Amino acid sequence: MSRGVRLLVFLVGGGCVAAMFAVAFFRMPAFGGTAHLYRDLAVRATLAHKTANAVGSVNFDQRGIDTLGEETILLASVIGAAVLLRPSEEEAELRPRRPGRVMPSTKLLGYALLPVTLLVGLDVVLHGQVTPGGGFQGGVVIATGLHLLYVAGSYPALDRMRPLEAFDIGEVAGATAFGGVGLAGIVAAGSFLANVIGRGTFGQLVSAGTVPVLNGAVGLEVGCGMVVLLAHFLQQDIIIAAKTEAAASGGTAGERSGSDDEPAERDEES
Amino acid sequence: MTVLLAAALTLVALAGTAVVATNLPERQAVSLSFLGLALTVLFVALQAPGVALSQLGVGTAIVPLMVMLAIRTINARHARQQAADQQDEQDGGPEDGQSGKSAGGAET
Repeated sequence: MSRGVRLLVFLVGGGCVAAMFAVAFFRMPAFGGTAHLYRDLAVRATLAHKTANAVGSVNFDQRGIDTLGEETILLASVIGAAVLLRPSEEEAELRPRRPGRVMPSTKLLGYALLPVTLLVGLDVVLHGQVTPGGGFQGGVVIATGLHLLYVAGSYPALDRMRPLEAFDIGEVAGATAFGGVGLAGIVAAGSFLANVIGRGTFGQLVSAGTVPVLNGAVGLEVGCGMVVLLAHFLQQDIIIAAKTEAAASGGTAGERSGSDDEPAERDEES
Repeated sequence: MTVLLAAALTLVALAGTAVVATNLPERQAVSLSFLGLALTVLFVALQAPGVALSQLGVGTAIVPLMVMLAIRTINARHARQQAADQQDEQDGGPEDGQSGKSAGGAET
């Protein structure tokens, strides 16, 4: 296809999209307006199910099946990354690397904030039915918080505190629990993910029926999944190297030639 | 409220432009992180704290970190490849077919 034809195809396609966007935007409700049909219906259902966090109710109760799909996408992408990032035949694990230097202020702040972050993450998961947040957000906070161990300490420290097999199991267990709650809905009420548990008191920790259970399952899955995902990326960067390099990990002069920036790079890594 | 929204939207526009204007991918990871932070502010201003929390965790922390790690791995492999190629040349250059094969194998 020549340049002119390509441009013509783009102009026709782009013009159509632009025209449809213009038509859609001119018929949209004004920004910040008060009329909102879906919100009215969703909030009514939220109140009926004794859920204080309307977003949580939509995500885990009214449209729970959408969230199941999203969690499955996350599970699939973690598995995909794990498969792609496994050490290839030409690569080997390079263990003994001297730990880098961490600034004292970074160390202090990292170790001080590590328990705080994990606690905040847990709090966000547990109160998903009452306050903004929930399993996804809390899981991400816990997973990133755990990596403060790497920032403030060293990679071996993170490796010891993070048995990957356990996190693999945790991820799958979370996904399975979500599906299990859905099936329990079929058994008890005849529809998938039906909110079958007692609803509790509005605004209390025990409320909203299955929403806190699903939040816990998603928190487990997302937290473990993110840790596993980041672990594979970190492994690629830190401990996996070409076999020849691993054999000469003491560092002969010949091996390093041609890559002047590599010794400097290693100092940053632990 | 309108002033706050206008300020947050402007911040997002500026941060987004900064990501596009950053030329090195490893630096782009840092400016991407700032864009994530600007979007977090926008979502809070739009009274969507749940989305803001997700944005803060994923857009500001995890995605830039993964981009950075991926770029570092690619650069390290590239440097290794170049070093190997130079080694081959120094050794007097083995027959072309073989060196091409070994280079292709190391890449995968």
